[in-house]
Amino acid sequence: MQLTGADIVVRCLQDEGIEYIFGYPGGAALHIYDALYKQDKVKHILVRHEQGATHMADGYARATGKAGVVLVTSGPGVTNTVTGIATAYMDSVPMVVLTAQVPSHLIGDDAFQEVDTVGITRPCVKHNFLVGDVNKLAETMKKAFYIAESGRPGPVVVDIPKDVTAKVAEYHYPEVVDMRSYQPRTRGHIKQISRGLDLLVQAKRPVVYTGGGVVLGDGSAPLRKVVSKLGFPSTSTLMGLGAIPHDDPNFLGMLGMHGTYEANMAMHQCDVMFAIGARFDDRVTGELSKFAPDARIIQIDIDPSSIGKNVPVEVPIVGDCGQVLEQMLEQLDARLGEIDRTVVGEWWAQVDKWRAVKSLDYQPSKDKIVPQLVVERLMQITDGEAFVSSDVGQHQMWAAQYYGFSKPRRWINSGGLGTMGFGLPAAMGIQLAYPDDTVICISGDASIQMCLQELSTCLQYELPVKIINLNNQYMGMVRQWQEFFYDRRYSHSYMDALPDFVKLSESYGHVGIRVEDPADLDEALNRAFSMKDRLVFVDVITDPTVNVYPMIAAGKGHNEMHLQPDQEEHQERELA
Amino acid sequence: MRRIISLLLENESGALSRVAGLFSARGYNIESLTVAPTEDPTLSRMTIVTRGSDSIIEQITKQLNKLVDVVKLIDLTEGQHIERELMLVKVVAHGNDEREEVKRLVDIFRGRIIDVTDSTYTLEMTGNGDKVDAFILALGQVEIIEVVRSGISGIGRGKRALKV
Repeated sequence: MQLTGADIVVRCLQDEGIEYIFGYPGGAALHIYDALYKQDKVKHILVRHEQGATHMADGYARATGKAGVVLVTSGPGVTNTVTGIATAYMDSVPMVVLTAQVPSHLIGDDAFQEVDTVGITRPCVKHNFLVGDVNKLAETMKKAFYIAESGRPGPVVVDIPKDVTAKVAEYHYPEVVDMRSYQPRTRGHIKQISRGLDLLVQAKRPVVYTGGGVVLGDGSAPLRKVVSKLGFPSTSTLMGLGAIPHDDPNFLGMLGMHGTYEANMAMHQCDVMFAIGARFDDRVTGELSKFAPDARIIQIDIDPSSIGKNVPVEVPIVGDCGQVLEQMLEQLDARLGEIDRTVVGEWWAQVDKWRAVKSLDYQPSKDKIVPQLVVERLMQITDGEAFVSSDVGQHQMWAAQYYGFSKPRRWINSGGLGTMGFGLPAAMGIQLAYPDDTVICISGDASIQMCLQELSTCLQYELPVKIINLNNQYMGMVRQWQEFFYDRRYSHSYMDALPDFVKLSESYGHVGIRVEDPADLDEALNRAFSMKDRLVFVDVITDPTVNVYPMIAAGKGHNEMHLQPDQEEHQERELA
Repeated sequence: MRRIISLLLENESGALSRVAGLFSARGYNIESLTVAPTEDPTLSRMTIVTRGSDSIIEQITKQLNKLVDVVKLIDLTEGQHIERELMLVKVVAHGNDEREEVKRLVDIFRGRIIDVTDSTYTLEMTGNGDKVDAFILALGQVEIIEVVRSGISGIGRGKRALKV
């Protein structure tokens, strides 16, 4: 069948089973937009800014595991996607970004709306293509989806010059691709898995440390089995939350800069660390020279370059986290008897002492709304079943600390790049994927303003996202660091002249609710969640002085945490 | 430590910039880089000379392997190998004494004079990096007009080969 390049692009999306694409038209993309107009299988979501399109595709991908798809025009259409592409790259999210390009004969000519797309995106994509020949278009599209979704997932850019979308070629969408230069390994080496088990069953002070790779590799179910059989203390990174239920007795909560006392102390004092789909990021390890000094480490990761990158690893296992954990389960029962439960029991006794510190307890207040309480109430109102996206800052940490996640792919945030503005568009992508589920965007007064224009998109497509704006009139995390490390010089972290978020939401056709009094909080939240079909923007005026605790300052080790100020005083008294 | 990494990559536009971009983005050292198509025109062969601790070299090889265009690579310095670099040097050569002296040096180093004018010689020299360096030192008083070095190309000894 002979088709134009533009029709080929759309047919490829149909044949790939793509439900939604997120995009914004423009000159070089017009042939493709015309082809979209002529069909109704692939639904196009018209965004208000291309950055929003990438975060929506990203949210969709994180919630479903399928690649999110973006379509933009050349030049500024492309440059506006770069933040979103880099966000997806840092968190290994499968995404295919179709970028229109000026016609081939104008490339390199500084043509109108021309930018070197493959050049500008190269450092933040898994791979990118410039399609020079319409006969290679379908094959390139297939490769793009294959590369984006297989191995360690990531964003792939396909740059298509306008003339290529006008030319005609025979359409054939390949069912499989075989690339000699790209063959990701998903199954773990059986001997390495045995070696890992050798180390685990001999451990005296073990800890299981899991990350986003477990979520991406759909490894939550086997992980729960492995952890429950081992009976070892387990912690998760920000990106891995939900893989183990928050209330699992083996779960110590999140680790890292704002992780729990028990999780970080267990990491620091462990003798065997079982890292699964986690990459020893600096926000997790703290100062590397002080990191887990006695630990012998087993690490599972699909990306060999993530293994041993920051910390030496004794037993590397390359493979998909889900598959490797399944393989491990086949051998595990036979080895469980070797674990010395008395010794591990002593370790647990120590871990429980750290737990008893209750490092997430916070000071309640009668006059002002305390942000941690808002997140706790959200969890109660939604039975812990909602999809929660967040932006970046204090509210992100509170969401991670106080909304107990019980399922993977429910907690969606920009962990690696830390992109403010991610939350709202990500929530929209999730809502499209799961129209009947509750989707909350926990944000702050600074972050929410970075992709606020997408409120208009929400109206157009009737996306009933619930935005909870923890409004402290500051860039809270910046303010916190300035308080701690810059002698309270609050340089440009105060959000003077905030908009009236209620009126603003109303002007976009949504419902706005403001709440300032702690006594009104529950009612406001209940009212918001009772409006199932409406986007509700709840502007929660919170106590601006509240800081995120516990905290490991830069350059410090896991055993040098700061607790809440009153807890620190208590501990000091105990020690004295 | 100095390492020579040899790789086969898809002969596609942009493949070189992916490799070069990786080194600059991650702050790896690059001493020389050469690339050209192989007997199979769909494949290019690249030789990179770099320096770093064992852990950095391990990361470099892993990161290179991760590039979708890279088909295969080996660290030549892990085994027996041969390395060669081509250098072209243009020197001032006035008068018989000077011209004789340059010619003698070139013979000792088993190079060649490939272009002659009444005031210059252009010399060709092939060898490993050390030999080429030594030749420049040996030129001593001879005035060098320009030096062009190809960067190192390397190959494994005996049966050791980098092949698809």
